[in-house]
Amino acid sequence: MRTAAIELVVNGTRRAIASEGEASLLSVLRDEIGLTGAKYGCGEGQCGACTVLIDGVPRRSCITKVWSVAGKAITTIEGIERDGALHPLQEAFLVEDALQCGYCTSGMIVSGVGLLKTNPHPSDAEILEFMEGNICRCGTYPRILAAIRRAAAGNGGVR
Amino acid sequence: MRRGGEVELAQDAALKRTATTANAKSPELAAVNFELERYEFGEPAVHHFELQRRDFFKAMGGGVAILVAAGRPLAAAVVAQESGGRRRRGDEDLPENIGAWLHVGEDGGITVFTGKVEIGQNIRTSLAQAVAEELRVSVASIRMNMGDTAHVPFDMGTFGSRSTPTMGLQLRRAAATAKDVLIDLAAKKWTVVRDGLVADDGRVRDPRSGRAATYAELAAGQQFAETIPEEDPLIAPAKWTVAGKSIAKVEGRDFVTGAHRYASDMVLPGMLYAKIVRPSAFGASLVSVDAKEAKAMDGVTCVVDGDFIGVAAPSEYLAGQAAKKIHAEWKSSPQPSSDGIFEYLKTHRGKGQDYDEPRPHIAGSLEAGLAAAEVKLRQNYTAAYIAHSPLEPRAAAAEWKDGALTVWTGTQRPFAVRDALAEAFHLSADRVRVLVPDMGSGYGGKHTPESAIEAARLAKAAGKPVKLVWSREEEFTWAYFRPAALIEISSGVSRDGRITAWEFHNYNSGTSGIETPYDISNQRIEFHGSDSPLRQGSYRGLAATANHFARETHMDELARAVTMDALEFRRRNLKDARLLAVLEAAAKAFGWSERKKEDGRGFGIAGGTEKGGYVAACADVRVDRASGEVKVERLLSAFECGAIVNPEHLSNQVEGAMVMGLGGALFEAIAFADGRITNPHFAQYRVPRFSDMPKTESVLVDRKDLPSAGAGETPIVGVAPAIGNAIFDATGVRLRAMPLVPDGLHVGKS
Repeated sequence: MRTAAIELVVNGTRRAIASEGEASLLSVLRDEIGLTGAKYGCGEGQCGACTVLIDGVPRRSCITKVWSVAGKAITTIEGIERDGALHPLQEAFLVEDALQCGYCTSGMIVSGVGLLKTNPHPSDAEILEFMEGNICRCGTYPRILAAIRRAAAGNGGVR
Repeated sequence: MRRGGEVELAQDAALKRTATTANAKSPELAAVNFELERYEFGEPAVHHFELQRRDFFKAMGGGVAILVAAGRPLAAAVVAQESGGRRRRGDEDLPENIGAWLHVGEDGGITVFTGKVEIGQNIRTSLAQAVAEELRVSVASIRMNMGDTAHVPFDMGTFGSRSTPTMGLQLRRAAATAKDVLIDLAAKKWTVVRDGLVADDGRVRDPRSGRAATYAELAAGQQFAETIPEEDPLIAPAKWTVAGKSIAKVEGRDFVTGAHRYASDMVLPGMLYAKIVRPSAFGASLVSVDAKEAKAMDGVTCVVDGDFIGVAAPSEYLAGQAAKKIHAEWKSSPQPSSDGIFEYLKTHRGKGQDYDEPRPHIAGSLEAGLAAAEVKLRQNYTAAYIAHSPLEPRAAAAEWKDGALTVWTGTQRPFAVRDALAEAFHLSADRVRVLVPDMGSGYGGKHTPESAIEAARLAKAAGKPVKLVWSREEEFTWAYFRPAALIEISSGVSRDGRITAWEFHNYNSGTSGIETPYDISNQRIEFHGSDSPLRQGSYRGLAATANHFARETHMDELARAVTMDALEFRRRNLKDARLLAVLEAAAKAFGWSERKKEDGRGFGIAGGTEKGGYVAACADVRVDRASGEVKVERLLSAFECGAIVNPEHLSNQVEGAMVMGLGGALFEAIAFADGRITNPHFAQYRVPRFSDMPKTESVLVDRKDLPSAGAGETPIVGVAPAIGNAIFDATGVRLRAMPLVPDGLHVGKS
């Protein structure tokens, strides 16, 4: 499956990638493209800090080989804000003070945006289940839950 | 010893002990052990700050600078001798011991310089708030320069819940003084008496004449430095207008957009990516290494230096590939495992401790107390080693230029890391600069310099900047742990619920929170150091969590033994009004006296005090007897830490401590055998996740009449005993080991 020249579509921009096809999408985003919003937390798909949207679906970029997402639409945290306007979920994170150190925040927001895309008005149980793979060591889970609720209440997270 | 060529012995040694040997009996380990407790009390920072006034303003630009004399009695005495209690400095050197300073620039810009760092506790915001309050400016107008060793005065580190009570107070004083100086400057400018001049909204006004001057206008052309007296009057908390309010996290937008750059996000021109080849076990020594294949790879730098093996490559992927091509053979010796660890800690005493055990705390006579008791109880309690596992692993980016070293790293002790780098590379401290971008948390786990030294070593060899981000497995293995604890309690109580005797022995975990807050005439409380097989160090709340778990579980057992309500039993043995107040506040908000017992459902309460804060926790737990599943349904903490600086961020800290406490209470435990961690992944080491969340509530008790204490740690201490007591209430099963239910609760097993 390895190809000599891989093209990625990241936040709407098409880019030719020089990295090895076996490299992780996370390392390519961070080190080659310079988008450091997605974080390394475990490298094993266990913590969600590296979450990006692939064709609108949250995926763990740390365990995603870059060749496997060639040509697909990749959205990182940097692509969630649009034209200087925060996404309602980003606003809700600030209002609910849903972060402490902020290291999990990119992954939490991208996962939450992915949830709201398919389920604009999730129940608490649906939020908890969907977000289960994202770890916050500072323990702001109740506030993140409140932020997703808040964004959902305001037009299902749609701008 | 194998050598990489250019190695000096001391450097070799520094690398070895910080980078590769976790439980060697080395000075570095002694330093880590030292952090356990002694660390937490007082700030003995005595540092020579050699900066001349003219250099200072050359670096800073003109304006008004207020320096805080780090609470040194001599400095305070010098200040007091000056008329008016204020010292105007001439051309002489600035004082040696500076804790922080504040600069009002000629453009009116206000910059605070402090060695404290932001770990997620929102100290960047709350310190800015304190300064804004005193200087009468907006929080947004203050720039916080934190943790950059080239620009801020020496600081011991960000730990021990000292930032708010110590640094918060110092900066408050500095800001209050700056305001006074600006008023003085306005009075001089207008040749009026200063009384009646008012400072607010970034300017000084004279209501009599209607004149006003901005801070920028007043600071322009000045080169004014002042060391502040300790007795400067401050605005009483009751009159706070900015501090005491919930201000949003400063730079919050950068965190929700992914724009904030952590140390692990650093990019430097031409930077390489590092990977370390770790030993096979703690304390292992290198027998042989074959790095030929890795060295032959294009663009790869490979360092074999003593027991340190690392590579740097143009990409993370290539670094990983290169590391895999290095074939190293290690030799290690048999080591204790997590099974049987508590017996080991009890029987392997003292060794490995580089400090004297504190004397036992003794009061009255245990014999007399036990003789007077109608019920006697003797029980043992344990707490496992646990990992901080901050979501951002240890990371550093290092760059050498003209023999000077700059390192960006996430550490709670930037100056300690600077000194460790200076020692490792034979540099004077002024040739090393450490910068600390606001980091992906620490919880007491980022005090040591490993990643900084490793990145710097590889950068030196490569002749290019190098970034190293530890893997999760490295973080779980080569960091240090919260110490395991064995605690033995023997007590006596009278039928009417008065504790007559209290004997308490803590093995290994430490002295934080070891003393009982209850009013007991006859006590013996003692800490015994052990030869810990794992590298151990600071953690949120330190030993206070284990000590409170044991004490507050035992209190519950005693209350049951005399068939008394757990809250009433505490009331009966408590004179400490602040602890009593949070217990009552928690009980009231929780509905303790109205609680309704159901099958499989139980309630627990616990309280305590540590680092100047007082906390009480209540838990509501459901146990499914069939499946053994334990679910904490509701967790409430009442917390009092003096005058509250930022209620929203305080609630966030209290909630965070509850969630973190939940993990240690229920299921977190490091498993190890023979010098290896056997569960070094999130898939194996369970941390709290969304589905574990109880309904969490924080009740803040604001005491505007009391100085503010730190809040990042203490709210964790009541969680485990409250949950354990609730499990007993639900099931009649008494659990005395943390974690309580790593595999669920199976009656008969415990």
